[in-house]
Amino acid sequence: MSLFEAKNVTKQFGNFKALDDVSISVPEKCIYGLLGPNGAGKTTLIRIINQITGPDSGELLLNGKKLLPDDVQYIGYMPEERGLYKKMKVGEQALYFAQLKGLSKPEAMKRIKYWFKKLDIVDWWGKKAEELSKGMQQKVQFLTTVLHEPKLIIFDEPFTGFDPVNANIIKNEILFLRERGATIIFSTHNMSSVEELCDNITLINKAKTILEGKVSEIRSKWAANEYELVLDGNVKIHENGKYNILNQEFVDNKTTVRLKTVSDVSVNEILNTAMKSGNLISFNPALPSMNEIFIRVVESRN
Amino acid sequence: MNKVFTIIKREYLTRVRKKSFIIMTILAPLLMASLVVVMPLMMMSGDKDHKKIAVVEEITTDYINVIPDTKDEDFVYLPGTDINDIIKSFDTLGYYGVLFISPRALTSPILYSKSQPDIGLLDHISGSMEKEIEKNKLKEYNIENLDSILKQIRTRVNPVTNLVDEAGVTTETSTGIAMALAYIGGFLMYLLVFMFGAQVMRGVIEEKTSRVVEVIVSSVKPAQLMLGKIIGIALVGLTQFMIWIFLTIATVAIVKTTILEKTNMTEMTQNITKSVMEQNQGQVPADIKVAEVSPQMAEFSKILDNAMNQNWLLIITAFIFYFVTGYLLYASVFAAIGSAVDNETETQQFMLPVTIPIILALMVAMGTMQNPGSAIAFWFSIIPLTSPIVMMARIPFGVPAWQIILSMSIMVITFIAFVWMAAKVYRTGILMYGKKTSWKEIWKWLRYAG
Repeated sequence: MSLFEAKNVTKQFGNFKALDDVSISVPEKCIYGLLGPNGAGKTTLIRIINQITGPDSGELLLNGKKLLPDDVQYIGYMPEERGLYKKMKVGEQALYFAQLKGLSKPEAMKRIKYWFKKLDIVDWWGKKAEELSKGMQQKVQFLTTVLHEPKLIIFDEPFTGFDPVNANIIKNEILFLRERGATIIFSTHNMSSVEELCDNITLINKAKTILEGKVSEIRSKWAANEYELVLDGNVKIHENGKYNILNQEFVDNKTTVRLKTVSDVSVNEILNTAMKSGNLISFNPALPSMNEIFIRVVESRN
Repeated sequence: MNKVFTIIKREYLTRVRKKSFIIMTILAPLLMASLVVVMPLMMMSGDKDHKKIAVVEEITTDYINVIPDTKDEDFVYLPGTDINDIIKSFDTLGYYGVLFISPRALTSPILYSKSQPDIGLLDHISGSMEKEIEKNKLKEYNIENLDSILKQIRTRVNPVTNLVDEAGVTTETSTGIAMALAYIGGFLMYLLVFMFGAQVMRGVIEEKTSRVVEVIVSSVKPAQLMLGKIIGIALVGLTQFMIWIFLTIATVAIVKTTILEKTNMTEMTQNITKSVMEQNQGQVPADIKVAEVSPQMAEFSKILDNAMNQNWLLIITAFIFYFVTGYLLYASVFAAIGSAVDNETETQQFMLPVTIPIILALMVAMGTMQNPGSAIAFWFSIIPLTSPIVMMARIPFGVPAWQIILSMSIMVITFIAFVWMAAKVYRTGILMYGKKTSWKEIWKWLRYAG
């Protein structure tokens, strides 16, 4: 069941097409990655989901029903650029944003206190945003995004500006939010975080969807018959017409070989050849990183 | 609607709690009050350099000693001095200038000086000399008791202005009061609209540059945010305005009772007496002093009465109406400008077309005081961009009801149109970054749908 769906969304600014017939379907309780090079149309799509701008055509569904203006209370949004009032105390800001999302004042206070404690920022309550470091501001921003317990949370580049420790805290909070039932869309350039967190992705380039699906499926599909063998000692494996050697290196008294099968070759056949050559330590289908897939897909389209 | 209220509350509270707001709110009326009190005092006491003026008369000595010294000027008579000598050396001798009187051109004496003399000095010279010449001419008729006759026939005429309204009711008014009210009304309108309009713009730019706006418009509609901000700041303006009025009145009242009544009233009386004495060339008997002073006081209380006779209800209602609509009109334009730029320095190119009508209105308003019924005054008080300021300057002089109604109706239609257009520009502008906006661009935004 999809929590959020965008069907055939098109958006045009003057002569510039920002989105061209883009569809995404975000399953409930999943972390959905929205990927794409700069200027691909990600921000426009995010703004449309947030109802900041409307699409020229297409349909938006939340929980299977048409997305309505009042639905903003079920959506949380953390934009890439940190949006806080510089001169306003962070506690008051959190309260203000929560009220704008429709929370009552006492309820908002209760939740803010909970989150301030949880993120270990109770001391900052009376501080102005401009007095905080970038990472600290981001924590406050994160908190204001999730305060009204939205069903759908959208993070735009959530990890930029965080040191590894705080990035990890935020990562765990995102996973925790999903466990509690939230669905998360996040847009990023950081491919390792995609591999770590995302269940599904959509890759947008030049206003069009060019890749979509489960991360695991995409990776194995793009693996395209590549395998990685590790053997004990310095061993040479020769090409035999059934596969090509892509890479062979000897490090730490181990030989790592990467090969690509030519046509329908069973794994057993490769293993047989390998075992004849030396002591096999490990054998894996070599999954390309999301980074590689990203670059390959975008470049092939350009 | 609830959310708009939340926005209004934030906009209002963050501004009202600022130190600069509190300081301005308290300081401004003190400054205003001190202006009201100190300015007349300064004018009374005079703050000019003391001048010595040499008087040289050619051939005769009939007009020696006719010009009395004043507070600021001493007239030193130098009989027998050659005018050509003194012209070369008066500066080094410590004289401000030389007044040259010649019987051949009595009515046009020449004042030689290094700098342009002020009007007061010239008035003093011409007044004293005219009186003396007239007196000498009268003497030729050989009238007995000339002095007492002259004193008897001296008259002063002060026209009293009465306004007649449509119902035929007349009210005594004072042009001076009307002018003061016109000036205050027009200028205050300009100040408030511009000051708080610019605050709206700064607020919009702040939200845009800090990217807060993206978070907020994911919760509320851009038009709601814009309206919330404009209304919030309007309330700040009204709050400040009310406190200013209250504090100004309080300060003036306190100063008047404590200082004016104790010390300056006597000083003022002395000044008035002195001026009366000067007019009569020092030949005033003691009893006339009292007789001449009390009409002055009576006039003062009459001025107060006349001030009360002004149509205050109309003035205040009109002021609030024009402030609200004029502010809404300009603030929405300011909001649109703020949304179209990335920082305050970029606002310049858009500010000029907004500033011009305001400055123009102010200039027309100042001219209006001379001629409140002129065609220029009429048209500028109907045109919505200038009407708030110009109409406020006209109302104290009396404006036909149909003109006020016409002006107000056009104002309402225009401000609604402006807010609507500004909201469209704003909605697109706040989400545009890094691109320098042109007028053409803004025109395009106006036509974007949904």
